[in-house]
Amino acid sequence: MKDIHAFLCSPADSTHRHGPHDRIVMSSRVRLARNLREFSFPGWAKKPERVKVLDTVMPAVSALPEMADSFAEALDSLTVLDKQLLVERHLISREHAAKNVGSGLVVNRMETFSVMINEEDHLRMQALRPGFQTREAWQAIDKLDSTLEKKLNFAFDNELGYLTACPTNLGTGIRVSAMLHLPGLVLSEQINPIIQSVNKLGLAVRGLYGEGTEALGNVFQVSNQMTLGESENVIVERLEKVLSQIIEHEENARQTLLEKKPKVVFNHIGRAYGILANAHSISSKETMNLLSFLRLGVDMELFPGTERSLVDELFLTTQPAHLQKRISDKLSAEERDLIRADMVRERLKNVNRPVIKPAGGAATAN
Amino acid sequence: MQCCVCKEKPATVHLTQIVGDKMQKLDLCEECAKAKCVNDPTSFAMADLMLGLGASQELESASAGVESKCPRCGFSQADFKKSGRLGCPECYRTFAEGLSGLLKSMHKGTRHVGKAPEALRQSRDNVDRLKALQKKLSKAIEDENYEAAAALRDEIRMLGNTPAKTR
Repeated sequence: MKDIHAFLCSPADSTHRHGPHDRIVMSSRVRLARNLREFSFPGWAKKPERVKVLDTVMPAVSALPEMADSFAEALDSLTVLDKQLLVERHLISREHAAKNVGSGLVVNRMETFSVMINEEDHLRMQALRPGFQTREAWQAIDKLDSTLEKKLNFAFDNELGYLTACPTNLGTGIRVSAMLHLPGLVLSEQINPIIQSVNKLGLAVRGLYGEGTEALGNVFQVSNQMTLGESENVIVERLEKVLSQIIEHEENARQTLLEKKPKVVFNHIGRAYGILANAHSISSKETMNLLSFLRLGVDMELFPGTERSLVDELFLTTQPAHLQKRISDKLSAEERDLIRADMVRERLKNVNRPVIKPAGGAATAN
Repeated sequence: MQCCVCKEKPATVHLTQIVGDKMQKLDLCEECAKAKCVNDPTSFAMADLMLGLGASQELESASAGVESKCPRCGFSQADFKKSGRLGCPECYRTFAEGLSGLLKSMHKGTRHVGKAPEALRQSRDNVDRLKALQKKLSKAIEDENYEAAAALRDEIRMLGNTPAKTR
């Protein structure tokens, strides 16, 4: 059996992949829900039926050209730690990580495609792209779906479209989403009104790991909710429009903060740097929240010579499963906090204190 | 905390019910809870939680209280109430009536627009054309425009005979 951690690219490599607007849009993804016509949905099917679906779907997916270099495994042969690692990489959902016999996963090495088998639906296939590339992600997954439908008999109804376990995904079965880093909107306290107006457009705003999770590190996920009665293209376009507006608001918020409240911004960034570069024990939650400000500092050119990918790499490698996979899975939470702090200090050794430029002589008097 | 019925075992099932302005609390051990048929405290409609309040009632009232089950997978309304999800693709036909109101409240429309599997795309187009032609036909008959009606009837017949090849 291949080891998933050894199979995937190292975070040092994967965080060097760039995409448009990636200082704000960390990644884009489009997922499609599909089911096989002749089987019960995973939540209702008995074990033998689920196993049969897995045995039908897994080879078909693995044979796709997009999956030429892929990792395909049944979930019962993965450890809890492996599954957690996949969640931290956003390759499987937390719901899928809880599954065992009869569920599976196929993911390619570049982490641009991931297919969950027997999650809530028989197939949850997603295309992932760095930066703002929702349209590209849709085109990629559309192509994969079109190849796959020749081999699998998808449940489709002329009136209702693709049939899904939950009526909320009926029709197109599409979820278009983007992960956004919005420290400017959070610091300027504009985030709540923005979330509300995005909600009014029928889009959902969630935390780092999707449904019911916290917005750790000022990272938010925006996605469509309605899937029936509109075409995929219309849904993608609406999301693109809204995302462009959020990007604009975030850029404006950062600019305004620098002009009107530079001390507030520099204080957050300076303290984040101070703690991260000097702590000897730090939780993963605190690390993420502070890395967010470090990332903002890099965007604002306060850390000359430091690349954003260094921050993004730490964002991933300091999370619990990544840390344990690297060192040992026998670590207690307290031990992890010590090792995490050591790791962050080491990686920030060559990053100098933030350079504060006087901002046009305005509010920078001591 | 002790079970308030047998007063012996520790209570593990806790129920809170609000009736009018009074709040009642029950703390039961597992066995007494089973005896009182409250062994499944989640039966209070996961569907409501996931799909919005009233979702489970909507499905129930549409079938006028008759407990119907999906003939293919045995899934029932009670199961939907519990999980907010359906049993199999066929369930959409079994529970079509109850679902239509639900779909209306949760989506932009109730008819799928967008991608369809290539193999079905043609027959899907045909169904659309057939529907449009039938509409025209009844209009023509209504208007006593029999010449047009005859032409439409022939066209419908053609379409019906060659379901996948037209176009």
